[in-house]
Amino acid sequence: MDKKPEWLYTDKVKDHFLHPRNLLLDEESFEADGQGVIGNIKCGDEMIVVIKVDKVKETITECKWKTYGCASAIASTSVLSELAVGKTLSQAYQLSSHDIAKALGGLPEHKIHCSVLGDKALRAAIDDYYVRSGMPDKAKQEKEHIICQCLGITDREIENAVLEGARNYYQLQERTKIGTVCGKCKDKSLRLLEEYKSKYFKKA
Amino acid sequence: MKQEKKRRVYLDHNATTPLHPEVKKALREAMEVFGNPSSLHEFGRQARALVEKSRETVASFIGACPGEIVFVGSGSEANNAVINLFSCQGFPSCEVPTMKAHRKEIVTTKIEHPCVLESAACLQEKGTTVKYIGVDKYGKVDIPQLEKALTDNTGLVSVMFANNEIGTIQDIKEISKIVRGRGALFHTDAVQAVGKIPIDVEELGVDYLSFSAHKIYGPKGVGALYIRSGAPFCPFIRGGHQEKGRRAGTENTLGIFGLGKAVEMRKKEMAGESRRLSMFKKHLKNCIEKNIPNIQFNGHPIDSLPGTLNLSFGGAEGEAILLYLDTQGICVSTGSACASGSLDPSHVLMATGIPQERAHGSIRISMGRDTTKQDIDYAAEKLIQVIKRVRQISTISTKAKHG
Repeated sequence: MDKKPEWLYTDKVKDHFLHPRNLLLDEESFEADGQGVIGNIKCGDEMIVVIKVDKVKETITECKWKTYGCASAIASTSVLSELAVGKTLSQAYQLSSHDIAKALGGLPEHKIHCSVLGDKALRAAIDDYYVRSGMPDKAKQEKEHIICQCLGITDREIENAVLEGARNYYQLQERTKIGTVCGKCKDKSLRLLEEYKSKYFKKA
Repeated sequence: MKQEKKRRVYLDHNATTPLHPEVKKALREAMEVFGNPSSLHEFGRQARALVEKSRETVASFIGACPGEIVFVGSGSEANNAVINLFSCQGFPSCEVPTMKAHRKEIVTTKIEHPCVLESAACLQEKGTTVKYIGVDKYGKVDIPQLEKALTDNTGLVSVMFANNEIGTIQDIKEISKIVRGRGALFHTDAVQAVGKIPIDVEELGVDYLSFSAHKIYGPKGVGALYIRSGAPFCPFIRGGHQEKGRRAGTENTLGIFGLGKAVEMRKKEMAGESRRLSMFKKHLKNCIEKNIPNIQFNGHPIDSLPGTLNLSFGGAEGEAILLYLDTQGICVSTGSACASGSLDPSHVLMATGIPQERAHGSIRISMGRDTTKQDIDYAAEKLIQVIKRVRQISTISTKAKHG
């Protein structure tokens, strides 16, 4: 009883949540070289990431953000902005949700999905920079592939379903309805299911 | 925001309540009584006397006879026991299967507590027909829809008395009249209602009513189920003669005594507290409305628990609000998905038809007997700051600017 109960998240998450770094403030005019918006308030998370780029060295000199979301979503974007600054565009493009979670000292499993949006927003901002600077071919816009031909369900949707908690084919179907018409995509989607499971949830 | 000297304001009384000082005192005394109420010797008789005294207190508080009260382990157990009457496949002595033979359906609502919804869903898996009635934007049960759902096959209808999240109070008397008019049994989950608003089971005409001790300043791990004399019942926990064979297991004498004392104190305090909390709520609503733009109140504006206020903030996510408030010592809860561990926001708020983004940005403030005017002023002041902060971080303002 004398010990103060622990916080929900790691101290690192708490610190970034209560003292967000590089927050984009409305009152300042930030001339962004690239901007990425990911997510949707309806789903509970939305992030805007803006970057300034050193055009000669192709490095990120500034990274600011705004997030609508829970504590781990806010902390994820905050720590991401620290990770991104100083990196070359290609290094920054490689930043993953795993890196974010690691930098935060870990996130609870059901919160992993909050951290994936940040790196996606950053990649979108980098792509936006390429497009704006006349290098659209460099923009690696994340491509989606249709897996389930009958219902038009993509690998992105499978990825999201895994992040939202699908761990087996039944749960995947519950969330996406994949393979409920002809069922030919089952093998492919099972492979992706395992791939995403190990990508995001494999114990280090 | 500066971390000031920590003041703690507990505004989560719908989750649980602190023990009433009188309950604490009574519990300490009751701790000396260790006998098994089933024993015939003096120790047993002493324990039995405590249990029966509590039964009388509880019964008279809701207008029931002592024989109609069964002590259970929680409100959830009471609800499970009633919903699961229909899963009983038949004990020779059991009345339920015969009833079930010609009345197979269960009707409930979309805003019930998970212990009702999941029990019902489990029966559904086993083949029972379950119908879920919707609610209007204030969380009131759609009566015409209920009337339409009732058939000659309806065996049981279960409607929550007052909702834990939004505080909306149902017209239980009207609903029970409709239900019993169709020959079905009627159960109400009154966990949030008992001890907060006057309840008389006779006047309401209910067959089963569940409630819990820890929501009314009693101990956790004990609740009560009212079973109208003559209503069919089949024990959920079998294997003992306790509670007249309706709930096996040695009685939780300490808990039961605490429940009795809690109810006794409710009798004295409920009316005054209800007036006080209604005033606080009105004050808090005014304060928030005046100082925070882009908000909406959830739940019924009048037929609502006096101490419960649920509201949504545009552009601010519930878990973030909750955790920022927590750093200021203010304890509330949220209907946001992020706090619950699932990805879907509150089923209750969604049932009232509000947009998802509003459900994600909702918090519930639930006051109680220890809440003061100062607490409310402090909470309002901090809430104003916290919402400003969370919105500063949020994408909402940028969106507004850039369309």
